Amino acid sequence: MIEVVGVKKAFGATVALDGVDLTAEAGRVIALLGPNGAGKTTLVRVLTTLLRPDEGWAKVAGFDVIKDAVSLRSCIGLAGQYAAVDEMLTGRENLELVGRLYHLDKVERRQRATEVLELFDLSDAADRQVKTYSGGMRRRLDVGASLVGRPPVLILDEPTTGLDPRSRLDLWQFIESLVNDGTTILLTTQYLEEADRLAHQVVVLDSGKVIAAGTSDQLKDQLGGDMVEARVEREDQFDAAVTIMSGLDDGAPQIDAPQRRISIPTRNGPKTLMTAARLLDEKGIELDDLALHRPSLDDVFLALTGHVAEQEVDPGVPTIPPSRRRTRGRTT
Amino acid sequence: MNEMTPQVRCKVTTPATPLIALGDIAAITRRYIMHFWRVPQLLVFSIIQPIMFVLLFRYVFGGAINVPGGSYVDYLMPGIFVQTALFGGAGTSIGLAFDLKGGIIDRFRTLPMARSAVLAGRTTADLVRNVMVIVIMLIVGTLVGFRFHGGLGNDILGVLLVLAFGYAFSWLYATIGLLVKDPETAQMAGFLPLFPLVFASSAFVPVETMPSWLRAFAEHQPVSLAVNSCRALFNAQPAWGYIWQLLIWIAAICVIFIPLAVRAYRRA
Repeated sequence: MIEVVGVKKAFGATVALDGVDLTAEAGRVIALLGPNGAGKTTLVRVLTTLLRPDEGWAKVAGFDVIKDAVSLRSCIGLAGQYAAVDEMLTGRENLELVGRLYHLDKVERRQRATEVLELFDLSDAADRQVKTYSGGMRRRLDVGASLVGRPPVLILDEPTTGLDPRSRLDLWQFIESLVNDGTTILLTTQYLEEADRLAHQVVVLDSGKVIAAGTSDQLKDQLGGDMVEARVEREDQFDAAVTIMSGLDDGAPQIDAPQRRISIPTRNGPKTLMTAARLLDEKGIELDDLALHRPSLDDVFLALTGHVAEQEVDPGVPTIPPSRRRTRGRTT
Repeated sequence: MNEMTPQVRCKVTTPATPLIALGDIAAITRRYIMHFWRVPQLLVFSIIQPIMFVLLFRYVFGGAINVPGGSYVDYLMPGIFVQTALFGGAGTSIGLAFDLKGGIIDRFRTLPMARSAVLAGRTTADLVRNVMVIVIMLIVGTLVGFRFHGGLGNDILGVLLVLAFGYAFSWLYATIGLLVKDPETAQMAGFLPLFPLVFASSAFVPVETMPSWLRAFAEHQPVSLAVNSCRALFNAQPAWGYIWQLLIWIAAICVIFIPLAVRAYRRA
């Protein structure tokens, strides 16, 4: 349904996409995972005909992004990073305008607008101007607008960025129901948790290149799965703790001496955690913290690239840090 | 290779027929007109400014300005109409820059709508607004003593020329708005060319009193030609000497700025 072959795009000296290949099957969710500046949005813009690639080609729903751009636009819905809705119009007017521009007839576009409003829990606010909406409501309306034309391919650029946890969960459920109805979805995200929950296939981008692709299970296997992390209270017990932790599993531990923190990748999280607790306790090592962590995006990046994800601070888009993201090794 | 079964359920409406394109333009025009409607204070302020100019020139400066034949208010109002039509066009650049920044232009560019619709719709909406503003200015002018003397045909032609001139300038403003991509910058950039064009012209004072170098500019620049055409038509004087030059300017502005604006829109 989506095919990308050798796509390159540069803006002056900045290479945004450096030869990207990917394939997404119909009726599936493909997640593009990567930090700000990885090239996710650039790829989205190529796929939605907003940008022409310098090299390579891409097809969506069988249509080439350059040669068949006009036909392609009938088959996609885009919800970008910013809520692209008209503040002066009401929610319903926004949706009907989009319906009109998809060339739906009057009855159809009214019906679709009403459906979308109901689906996104916006019926009560339907006839209010969008400028009175909360951030979450705008975002929902924006995603809703991309559905008015019932496109077979939906492209969502960081759809849950800036959403509160409840709205986020609602949107996830909604995306799942769309996929059950046969829609193909490409979404970008900075959150592994999101890719994990939704995507059949995850593609990790960094500096314009695909650095890993596969199911989220495959990716986590590459990482060695979960991490057990201990923070030692006393300086003089740190080395002893490192010895114990290193012996727990096959992977190499990550050691952060100034913070007296040790983490070890593990395939069997709970068991390793319990063993760690027992062994550390037997040696009388005093701990500030002992926990099992799911891999975060930071871990993915650390494991795949050997460097920490660069975080650009974008004041326009408030980001929700994953709850268990750690501060260790972060440069910001 | 995996087999790709593009189960395309979408209704592909390509290529856009002229009828569909007109529908798209109408949808966008309607959207912008609703903006004017929903933010009436914008319209109010865009009227207050020319009204202040009318009062200022009619009652403060007017007495000190000598114009050949006729009353100063009849001399002044064509200048006010042209100025109003031009200043209104600045809204085009601000509106487009605002849309671009907000991301809605991206949405439009991914919809199967006619590529020309956003720009054509916006400029058409500005034209509609100019019609409203000029009608109001006609009423204001009448209240302070302005009268048509040209006969119905000439008077209507004069108003139409002002509207056409404003419409051509909307495309120039559209280009500015799409290139600067920021509403505040668009506002500053949009007003910049207006001051020399409006004040170094025959809009408010006869150009005969200007130094010769400035006069050479003032006599040939488009604002003066629009004002002179209009003034001559309203006063039943020979106007075609100005009108053909004005039409060339209007055509030139369109020929240059419509493609530039469309290009800027595609690349935005």
